[in-house]
Amino acid sequence: MDTIIKKTATPDVLLTSKLQKLFRWETFLILIVMFVFVMNSYLSPYFLDPWNLSDATFNFTEKALIALPMAMLIIAKEIDISVAAIISLSSTFMGLVAQMGAPIYMVVLVGVFVGAVCGLVNGLLVTRFKIPSIVVTIGTMSLFRGISYILLGDQVVRDYPDGFEFFGQGYVYWVFSFELVLFAFFALVFYWLLHRTTFGRYTYAIGNNPDASYFSGIKVDKHRLILFTLVGAMSGVAAVLLTSRLGSTRPSIAMGWELSIITMVVLGGVSILGGSGTIAGVVLAVILMGLVTFGMGLLNIPGIVMTIIVGVMLITVVSLPVLITMYKCKKAKVL
Amino acid sequence: MKNNAIFSLKKVSKVFPGVKALDAVDLHLYPGQVTALIGENGAGKSTLVKTMTGIYQPDGGEIIFNGKPVQFHSPHDSHALGITAIHQETVLFDDLTVAENIFLGNYPMTKYFSIDWSTMVTRSQEILSSINAPMNPNQILRELSIGQKHMVGIARALSVDAKVVILDEPTAALSHHEIHELYELVNTLKKQGKAILFITHKFDEIFALADRYTVFRDGRYVGEGFVKDVNEAQLVEMMVARSIDETYPKKDVNIGETLLEVVNLCHTTEFANISFSLKKGEILGIYGLVGSGRTEVMQALFGTSEQVTGTVKMEGKEVTIHSPKEAIDNGIVYVPEERQKQGIVLELPIYQNVSLPQIERLTKNGQVDQEGEMTLARQYCERLQVKASSWNEKVMNLSGGNQQKVVIAKWLATNPKVIILDEPTKGIDIGSKSAVHAFMSELVDSGLSVIMVSSELPEILGMSDRILVMNEGLIVGELSRADATPEKVVSLATGGIVVC
Amino acid sequence: MLRHFIYSREGVLSLIVLVMFFGVGAINPDFISLSNSISIFNDTSILIMLALGQMMVILTRCIDLSVAANVAFTGMVVAMVNRYFPDINMAFLILLSLLIGAFLGAINGLFVWLLKVPSIVITLGTMSIYRGSTFLLSDGAWVNSHQMSASFIALPRFEILSMPVLGWMAIAAIIIVFWAMKFSVWGRNFYSAGGNPMAAFYSGVNVGKVQFYAFLVSGTLAGLCGYLWVSRFAVAYVDVANGFELQVVAACVIGGISIVGGVGTVVGCVIGALFIGVVNNALPIIGVSPFWQMAISGLVIIIAVIANASSDKNKARIILRKSDESADSAQVN
Repeated sequence: MDTIIKKTATPDVLLTSKLQKLFRWETFLILIVMFVFVMNSYLSPYFLDPWNLSDATFNFTEKALIALPMAMLIIAKEIDISVAAIISLSSTFMGLVAQMGAPIYMVVLVGVFVGAVCGLVNGLLVTRFKIPSIVVTIGTMSLFRGISYILLGDQVVRDYPDGFEFFGQGYVYWVFSFELVLFAFFALVFYWLLHRTTFGRYTYAIGNNPDASYFSGIKVDKHRLILFTLVGAMSGVAAVLLTSRLGSTRPSIAMGWELSIITMVVLGGVSILGGSGTIAGVVLAVILMGLVTFGMGLLNIPGIVMTIIVGVMLITVVSLPVLITMYKCKKAKVL
Repeated sequence: MKNNAIFSLKKVSKVFPGVKALDAVDLHLYPGQVTALIGENGAGKSTLVKTMTGIYQPDGGEIIFNGKPVQFHSPHDSHALGITAIHQETVLFDDLTVAENIFLGNYPMTKYFSIDWSTMVTRSQEILSSINAPMNPNQILRELSIGQKHMVGIARALSVDAKVVILDEPTAALSHHEIHELYELVNTLKKQGKAILFITHKFDEIFALADRYTVFRDGRYVGEGFVKDVNEAQLVEMMVARSIDETYPKKDVNIGETLLEVVNLCHTTEFANISFSLKKGEILGIYGLVGSGRTEVMQALFGTSEQVTGTVKMEGKEVTIHSPKEAIDNGIVYVPEERQKQGIVLELPIYQNVSLPQIERLTKNGQVDQEGEMTLARQYCERLQVKASSWNEKVMNLSGGNQQKVVIAKWLATNPKVIILDEPTKGIDIGSKSAVHAFMSELVDSGLSVIMVSSELPEILGMSDRILVMNEGLIVGELSRADATPEKVVSLATGGIVVC
Repeated sequence: MLRHFIYSREGVLSLIVLVMFFGVGAINPDFISLSNSISIFNDTSILIMLALGQMMVILTRCIDLSVAANVAFTGMVVAMVNRYFPDINMAFLILLSLLIGAFLGAINGLFVWLLKVPSIVITLGTMSIYRGSTFLLSDGAWVNSHQMSASFIALPRFEILSMPVLGWMAIAAIIIVFWAMKFSVWGRNFYSAGGNPMAAFYSGVNVGKVQFYAFLVSGTLAGLCGYLWVSRFAVAYVDVANGFELQVVAACVIGGISIVGGVGTVVGCVIGALFIGVVNNALPIIGVSPFWQMAISGLVIIIAVIANASSDKNKARIILRKSDESADSAQVN
């Protein structure tokens, strides 16, 4: 008997069909972005002006800078809703040191440092006491902004050193603002961090299964702590830009931003339950939200209508996959 | 005789994606009789219980109660007909009181449409004392021990006027003493005319309690009959479709010097005075009932629990292990019992699961070396003969046995010295089971040492060089391969005294 | 029984609230006068009612961030109805506020029940939608006191036994919810569904439906509070109760409602709300700037959750027999 058993080796990667590759959230987002872009240029003659477009970026770059680390945090099954309060506190400290006559670099450093410390506090509370991050950050949200109120009251700080306005108002080259360039830079950094490094890999593993990750020797708590600190530090960066753009600090600065930031992340295809999502998706969602806001501004639609649209988008984005699965299951049962 | 069955399943099927968990099975329960349902792990017993209690809806076949076909759309429907189950996993509420746990879903009401708490407490007391488990009905369940919780589960099943009582492996977590009380309880229920389904894989229980038996294998109905008409060998043959003198692939290996030494490991609430040693090339079996502290000791050794004192020595040198990372660095790895929860990341591809503990080593210039990962995964998964369509496939798409192989591959890739296997063959099919056993022999042959925790007696007896028996958080005995008999091991594990 | 209460979480918390209350009273005796106590309770009434609804939601492992937006929307609707139909019957208006609130809550609940979408995302979304709709409805305009009918403004202020109707409504809500959560199967289901959803399902409890009910109740109470808020402050505008949802969640967390579900009592929830109420009212008395209020409530939330977290830290199963037990069994043997 000469039966030749041909041993078929298991391939490393199965070739997925092109159609499957195309059917991704990111593709869908690109299509919508293109659609909105075309619609906007059709509806308003002012839309395609490069300076107008550049102006439009100011309404999302600061939030987008926080959305990047927030995406990683949510992928790791945590959340931070104190980010807007961190902006407030870090802006407050920047204002206070500026009043004391600190130079620009000092003001910036203080801003980022205070943000990082706030993030560290969140992280320590979550990891040391094993409290769900949503509760911790609801608490610190009041605490951080509360400290701003204690420090400033109804005072407004405007004594920023000359040149400080560059971060929020300056241009690096032609229509490219400092804010936009900084966002592009950090988008690349976070892309590399999440999709190329060990740190990113751990983020996905922890988000999908924290127990198994711990049992595989990953220092889960340390990782979470770093992520929270990162979100805090980036909130500090955003605080620098926002303060510089507005030229003033008051405790109520950036009120309600946490919601639009989380919406950006979820809209970008990051699962709120953790474990999946990409930086590319988040960047696309950021651009989409920017374009919609800008377009509506051109059409004289009030900003608050935007919040309705954002809310509808958020709910649609999380419900749609569920509805599709339900529909598929039903179809499968009939067959 | 068949006509007066109170509850029957006829040609019932249940399909899950990729698996036919129940394939046209029959089952008949008679009032005043105990029917034992026998089958190996994966025979479809738990699915059957869930189908009978309305948790799953069958995909085919008929359920007949009192001569009429019925349909259960939810657990509520089957409950309403007087079908109650004591599930294998305790399905109770840790933050509610004992009394409420017993009556949840079936609260006694006053005539003013409100829950009658005082009746609930007194009736709980009655039920608990009738099953010889006196406890305070107002106590929060979280504060009870596992055995006590189990008694609450039983009390819960008895709180309704049940016609059919299903006991799903009820003795797995009970001590010797408690098991005998349970037997008495089953006999009482029988006298009351209830139809009882007793699910087990322990033969002594079948012969002590059951009137009838039904055997399942791989989700199929194999046969049924009266217990008095069969003997153990016949039942086993029906269960596994192979002869009873199954040989375990245990090879003789030269056992070397002491590798791991554990001295006086203690935990504040879970275990105490754990001391043992492990030699090079040895398979050390640890046997104990569910909840005897075996898993807790192993996880302490792997660095996952706090509040632990004691010394651990590797190759004569004392080591400190406070985290899995330190355990891995010291050459100790752990294949957990709860594979899907602690062993693997289901949503990640195979190759990323294998490389997970050591990606840092595979990182070049800050970037993960995906080629290196793939090479590592390929090497170990091929060695373990993992069946997958590609190494990039998500682990969730693999069968239980292949998932287990991925976990083992992950650990072997770290070049460990000691591999701890906690219930390594739980819930995997017979084919993969013997593959895992064969592989264990191969491992010790290549110089590794193995600690195997198991509650399957044949596996422990068949594979171990030495057996430690645990009961209630303590090591209660050590037996060499030659000395170990099933009777001795079980007797030690259930708190009895070995008659030498 | 009393002893049990004193050692419980609720007992400790009430003690803290009482110490605070009388501590401030020592500085300013007017603070603890009957009329001021009533006024503090009255001030806290809306928070109490919203916290009761939120408690039910949190018990089932969800969260409702849309309550404050619900308050604003419903408040705006009833205020506008009152403005255009000043003679309308108050009973009808209150019924309307309950219905609108229930409807908004039901939307949240349906998404959570039928689509099993995380409640935090849904309510984050509906929060924006409800608040934005308030703007669309009013076109950004305010409804001021002179545009409201006399009875619209007077109702919550009407005093019975020297307590305004607003306070009595809170008391009624506390009693009803207390009874439901303790003595009705419907109420107990919140505990089982949140404590162990799988086991609840095995016991015949429809977990999704229970979550739906929680959102329905939370929404209904928010609707009622919408009217009460607008009437009490005699103004309706888009930013009514902006950010108040966090105070509501804070009251629950302080009151010992576990954010992971299944644990918490009506008593705790009410005391948690009173805690915030007493702090808010005490600050001006003891000469602390009201700007401290926010930081203090943040700090209190954090301390409360840390205390809760460390009290249920020991979740391990207990295998070793306690020494006294083994002594007992030794005697038997």
